[in-house]
Amino acid sequence: MSKKIFSGPFLLFIICGTIVPLGVITFYGITDRSGAFTLENITAITTGEHMEALLLALGLALISTVICLVIAFPLGLILKDSKLGKKGFMVFIFILPMWMNFLLRTMAWQVLLERNGIINQVLGLIGLPDLNIINTPTAVVLGMVYDYLPFMILPIYNALIKIDKNVIEAAYDLGAGYRQVLQKIIIPLSVPGIVSGVTMVFVPSLTTFAVSNMLGGGKVNLIGNIIEQEFTASSNWNLGAGLSLVMMIFIVISMAFIEKFDRNGEGNII
Amino acid sequence: MKKTFKGIYLAIIILFLYMPIVTLMVLSFNEGKTMNAWVGFSLKWYKEMFENRIIMEALTNTLTIAFWAATVATIVGVTACIGLNAMKEKHRSVFMGLNNIPLLNADIVTGISLMLSFLLFGISLNYGTVLFAHITFCIPYVILSVMPKFRQLENHTYEAALDLGASPAYAFFKVVLPDIMPGIISGFLLSFTMSVDDFVITHFTRGVGINTISTLIYSQVRVGIRPTLYALSTIIFVAVLIVLIIVNVISNKKEETRHEKN
Amino acid sequence: MKKIKAVVLILIMAMSLTLLTGCGGKKSEGENGTLYVYCFGDYFDPELQQDFEEATGYKLIVDLFDTNEEMYPVVKNNTADYDVICASDYMIEKLLSEDLLAEINYDNVPNADNVMDNVKPFMEEFDPGMKHSLPHTWGTYGIMYNKTMVNGAIDSWNVLWDEQYKDQIVMPNSMREGYMIAAKKLGYSMNTTDEGELSAMTDALIEQKPLAYSFANDSAREIMIGDSAAMAVITSGEVIYSKEYNENLEFVIPKEGTEVWTDCWAIPKTAKNKEGAEAWINFMLSKEVAETNFEYLTYAIPNKEIADLIDEPVLNPPEDVLAKCETLRNLGSDVDAVYSKYWKKYKAD
Repeated sequence: MSKKIFSGPFLLFIICGTIVPLGVITFYGITDRSGAFTLENITAITTGEHMEALLLALGLALISTVICLVIAFPLGLILKDSKLGKKGFMVFIFILPMWMNFLLRTMAWQVLLERNGIINQVLGLIGLPDLNIINTPTAVVLGMVYDYLPFMILPIYNALIKIDKNVIEAAYDLGAGYRQVLQKIIIPLSVPGIVSGVTMVFVPSLTTFAVSNMLGGGKVNLIGNIIEQEFTASSNWNLGAGLSLVMMIFIVISMAFIEKFDRNGEGNII
Repeated sequence: MKKTFKGIYLAIIILFLYMPIVTLMVLSFNEGKTMNAWVGFSLKWYKEMFENRIIMEALTNTLTIAFWAATVATIVGVTACIGLNAMKEKHRSVFMGLNNIPLLNADIVTGISLMLSFLLFGISLNYGTVLFAHITFCIPYVILSVMPKFRQLENHTYEAALDLGASPAYAFFKVVLPDIMPGIISGFLLSFTMSVDDFVITHFTRGVGINTISTLIYSQVRVGIRPTLYALSTIIFVAVLIVLIIVNVISNKKEETRHEKN
Repeated sequence: MKKIKAVVLILIMAMSLTLLTGCGGKKSEGENGTLYVYCFGDYFDPELQQDFEEATGYKLIVDLFDTNEEMYPVVKNNTADYDVICASDYMIEKLLSEDLLAEINYDNVPNADNVMDNVKPFMEEFDPGMKHSLPHTWGTYGIMYNKTMVNGAIDSWNVLWDEQYKDQIVMPNSMREGYMIAAKKLGYSMNTTDEGELSAMTDALIEQKPLAYSFANDSAREIMIGDSAAMAVITSGEVIYSKEYNENLEFVIPKEGTEVWTDCWAIPKTAKNKEGAEAWINFMLSKEVAETNFEYLTYAIPNKEIADLIDEPVLNPPEDVLAKCETLRNLGSDVDAVYSKYWKKYKAD
């Protein structure tokens, strides 16, 4: 009996919950309102406004992902090394914020960052200059980092605690410095976690519309906003579906990315 | 020196993560309805919350849906990882790609496409369709949490167990499962949390009379969110925090007694 | 240890869930059956739910949505059978054009007489003869400004193009309201289908864009209460609420005219309990209920019986102001697509 059979239930959910709806979306994407075949909804991505929104979304998602990685990796190391018996607890501290509803959390940032908001009032009290980032791409990046940081912390931490302490000690015994241990052992061994984290942050950042609407003050127009707009205000589901299909290309790209890093990084771990 | 630096780093990140949450908690005690003016301390939103039938029903729905969705998604996700690992590299990457689709799709696309699919097959929307949709979007989180654990597994310990006469099931539960457990826990918790947080997909796949906390919050955006919902969120948040602390204390005690025995 | 932790965690969660579901209690059926209402969130006083059940013997189930566009696919595809829905003007027209609404039997809705006369001409536009809908709330769009942050009188949409308020203006983040402003400024109809006019309106909006602090719909009032901007385009329903927390705020309906919006009750064709739906509409139109809702919502309710209760003049505008107002029409999906094309150009610029 092959172990492959264990993926049976998963396949069932993939077929019913992903492939069939994907078929429905594809059908909408390649037809117009009257139901006739067309590729216009897909080629629409090349028009100025759509391309601009896509590039901006790609840029901001990339920046957010890099920032999340830069914050989360040292954090993972600190949590891994901490002598506290509360290791698990410390990790939960980082998912806990997600128990406050997403919309409420983002709205709270709005209250904090507004021109006359709480942060600026506090800065004013202690005589510091105002922080004017609300309604700019910077605020949107902040919102993305805030909302998706836990997705980066968890997989990286999970990968880090799995690293065999003996390997690291052996490296030190053989005269390696901290830097070398980090470069030659810790980073390569945590690559699967990093790749997982990068996917989980990059992908939702790329398609978000709520964050850019609330913290970008409607001035930061991302591809997610355009797709959402097509499904709601202009109720052109066909165009919305066509543009979503284009976004699927990024799954393929991120898959290729994961593949590449797995081969390079994993070495003897199968 | 190094320790202080680490401490400061941790503190800054925790401040960043909790600043908006503390803001909301404080606002739940604001007598006024607005987020931008402090009128006075009041518990009236808490009182109103407990008296509101819709909110209480939504709370029950949210938690039961999240619990079942996360449980099923965890079981399906873990078994999927076993199966996927037995597959050829090429096949596996195809499935992993499909697995990422629900993550990548804008929620509104997933929601509407699921709704249209249910309609296509003549399935009327109810509690079950919401649950199905939630399981579907939770599975990827489980797989993404558990898969790295599987790939870091040392296969020869499992094989050694088999060589020593363990049945595959016994070997799995004794050798593999403990190693992948952190991944499973974080997968379950992520699923649970994502399910609680979801709005758009729930909205399009629910039948009559099924409200969750998220659908309540989103439905009030237009007229202004009543602070009763900040109060509710505060209570949920504090409850989860307490559960985590209790669990932590219990497991720490267990660990201590184990150390003493040794 | 991790394993034990997980087991304990799951046990505790399971226990709390059983407790919660236990407390939830069994849902009892109403003696006259159940009524399913589909409405904007928090759009009537929740205490009325019990009052209605006691008065009529129906068990009431309320589902909520945020925007008309979220409600539309649900009603259109009949994914859930609702007996009575709440929807805005243009959406009522859209549902009507697709033959999704049932005619209201006025014999069952005697309180329909309470509907104010000045809202009727607007309703006639999207629901001729008012056969399918009755109003719940109504209002206008206007400019809310902070007295301490502006110079001179604010009475025209043109003020939004005034350079001295650069980075001080909150503009609406919805397509049709954005074009409404440009249309009124340029003297067009807000329901224009002329592409030349649409292009001119887009140019005007693009010219205004650098002056905007942000684009917001719902959070505009919070930005104003917090003194973060000098003026915002907002609906009259927010006036009482905003003034309560910031006494410097004033609201004006610009002299060029504006949009009148109406949110209405209507009955889908697929309703299983049409009589119950009519009982609900009748209940909402009664004097006491309108009064309760006005106090809860602070949105204007077009009910003759409570007209004297609404002492904020902008909530009940005089005839000559209303004469210059229009209601938002459903222009059909082809025209919507053209609007959307220009709106995206404006947002991308």
